[in-house]
Amino acid sequence: MASNTIYVEAINQAIMEEMERDENVFIMGEDIRRSVYGATAGLLNQFGEKRVLDTPLSENGFFGAAIGASLVGMRPIVETLTSFMWVAMDQLVSQAAKMRYMFGGQATLPVVYRATMFYGGGSAAHHSDRSYPMFMNMPGFKILVPATPRDAKGLLKTAIRDDDPCIVFEDGTLGGATGDVEAGEAALVPFGVADIARVGTDVTIVAIAGAVPMALRAAEELEAEGISAEVIDPRTLVPLDKAAILESVAKTGRLVIADPAHKVCSAASEIASIVSQEGFWDLQAPIMKVAAEQVHIPYTPVLERLVYPSSDKIGDAVRATLED
Amino acid sequence: MENISKEKLVQMLERMWLIRHFEVRVMEVHAAGEFTGAAHPYIGEEAVAVGACAALEDTDYIAGNHRSHGHPLAKGGDVKRAMAELYGRVDGYCKGKGGSMHLADFSIGILGESGIVASSVPVAIGAALAAKIKGEDFVSMVFFGDGASNQGACHESMNLAALWNLPVIFLCENNQFAVTTSYKDSVSVEHISDRASAYNMPGVLVDGQDAVAMYEATREAVNRGRAGEGPTLIEALTYRYEEHSLGLGRVRRGEYRTEEQINEWRERDPIDVLEHTLTTQGILTREECDAISKAKEAEVEEAVEFARNSPYPEPEELFDDMWADPIPAP
Repeated sequence: MASNTIYVEAINQAIMEEMERDENVFIMGEDIRRSVYGATAGLLNQFGEKRVLDTPLSENGFFGAAIGASLVGMRPIVETLTSFMWVAMDQLVSQAAKMRYMFGGQATLPVVYRATMFYGGGSAAHHSDRSYPMFMNMPGFKILVPATPRDAKGLLKTAIRDDDPCIVFEDGTLGGATGDVEAGEAALVPFGVADIARVGTDVTIVAIAGAVPMALRAAEELEAEGISAEVIDPRTLVPLDKAAILESVAKTGRLVIADPAHKVCSAASEIASIVSQEGFWDLQAPIMKVAAEQVHIPYTPVLERLVYPSSDKIGDAVRATLED
Repeated sequence: MENISKEKLVQMLERMWLIRHFEVRVMEVHAAGEFTGAAHPYIGEEAVAVGACAALEDTDYIAGNHRSHGHPLAKGGDVKRAMAELYGRVDGYCKGKGGSMHLADFSIGILGESGIVASSVPVAIGAALAAKIKGEDFVSMVFFGDGASNQGACHESMNLAALWNLPVIFLCENNQFAVTTSYKDSVSVEHISDRASAYNMPGVLVDGQDAVAMYEATREAVNRGRAGEGPTLIEALTYRYEEHSLGLGRVRRGEYRTEEQINEWRERDPIDVLEHTLTTQGILTREECDAISKAKEAEVEEAVEFARNSPYPEPEELFDDMWADPIPAP
């Protein structure tokens, strides 16, 4: 086990290990040979130009080319930013998501889209998308939201070996986060298994991606007030480990969901809907959503920071569930 | 001509008749209400797919579009499974989940038809990219129309394929109209094939009513691809005899073409053109041509019976085929 591995390095290790393991794995994206975002450092030297492809700015073209390559036996990884996925929506939705089903199971698409979410840093409306809820709404994608270096590596390795289209939403606010990671097979993290990031008894906080460290910080502050919060990181939104969430709510009776994506039709909405339907009799207070405000991301920091969840907002929501 | 075997020429005529009878019968049974939804007849364009696919092997790939019955049948697809798919039955190519616009047969390189115009063009270059990475010599061909040629996906794919020197054949079926809009009102160049020079690849304009010409042009493009010489854009000039889609008959629309124009194209019907070639060259007699037509008509009728007798999927099959590595439904 290596300690103090940075989130982006963990991603790099996953790609290295899987490209080493399987010659059908290749990677394509913009500026990846020079590793502009850090996750593809060293790949060109290790694996050569055929398997490490710099692409033109043609997302619809190369997102689709990855699909075609996957149909005939390759295992492509596409690097992109969430905000550029809009340009390729036809290939993602009309082809990647639908092909297997509409062709009656004939198509197998082991393709991985790695999309970084750069938000919270003054990138403004065009470069701050946290778009996983839109893809949750479209059947056909497995959706991964790693919040730690361990999960960034482990989920990506599992995704590369998975035979379905996967989208990894890598959280740019965590790019410098450090933690322990395993090597090789021990690093694999299964889909659909939530991580109980902190054990507690009074309230359940389900936190997604960059909201996980916020929830952990809030839980520490609440502890000082005598409130014991359990923090659950689903790690994958499709499939979703609803059993882990329902079990925790059965224990605590209270649920707060912290989600950096827009609040309407969000992952938080879906989790709230599941718990209100399947865990209703365990609830002792209304479910609280702490998600991004339904507004575009403003450039100026004084406004931008009002949009997202924060440990303070999460703490306040927890306290609200405990009011008589 | 001298480089085409008699067997191949006869097979081309057989497949053209198969497609013609298939489409005629589809129009009849659709009108009779035997199945619903859109279906886009390929009548008049048979020489394009048949001539082009005659230059491919089973190990080569094709992808297509919404005018979707001719391409798989031209590549050797099973007429019974194709018809059963239109009927929404379990023995259809997609077990009834795809329908007319999504026929596919991965076992013989048919990577599927697409209902969104130009959407399969990037997919097709991806199959060719795999050939390049693996160092194998298969090629990938994509059928798209004059309308699709204006989509960004098409232009991005042509640039990528030329840049990466991929073994792709971009086969533009210029059937003159995108629904009702003439390509002359939507394409900025005289010929779509002229666009090839912008991507540094050969562009070839072919008489799409002549299956032999289609075969020869495509064979040259395939040879280029296999030799590592990159993509080719072929524009096949052809004509759609029928309306854009079945199921739109009740829509009132402005006229966009004349009977005179339709009749002009019918005078160069692609089946007549090939039969004329075969009979004047002494390869087949008139009677043998007629016998092929009759045999294919019977094959289509058997396919209709097969489709009618195939069961609909059971309700339990709704969630099947969503995932290769299954996960629980939410």
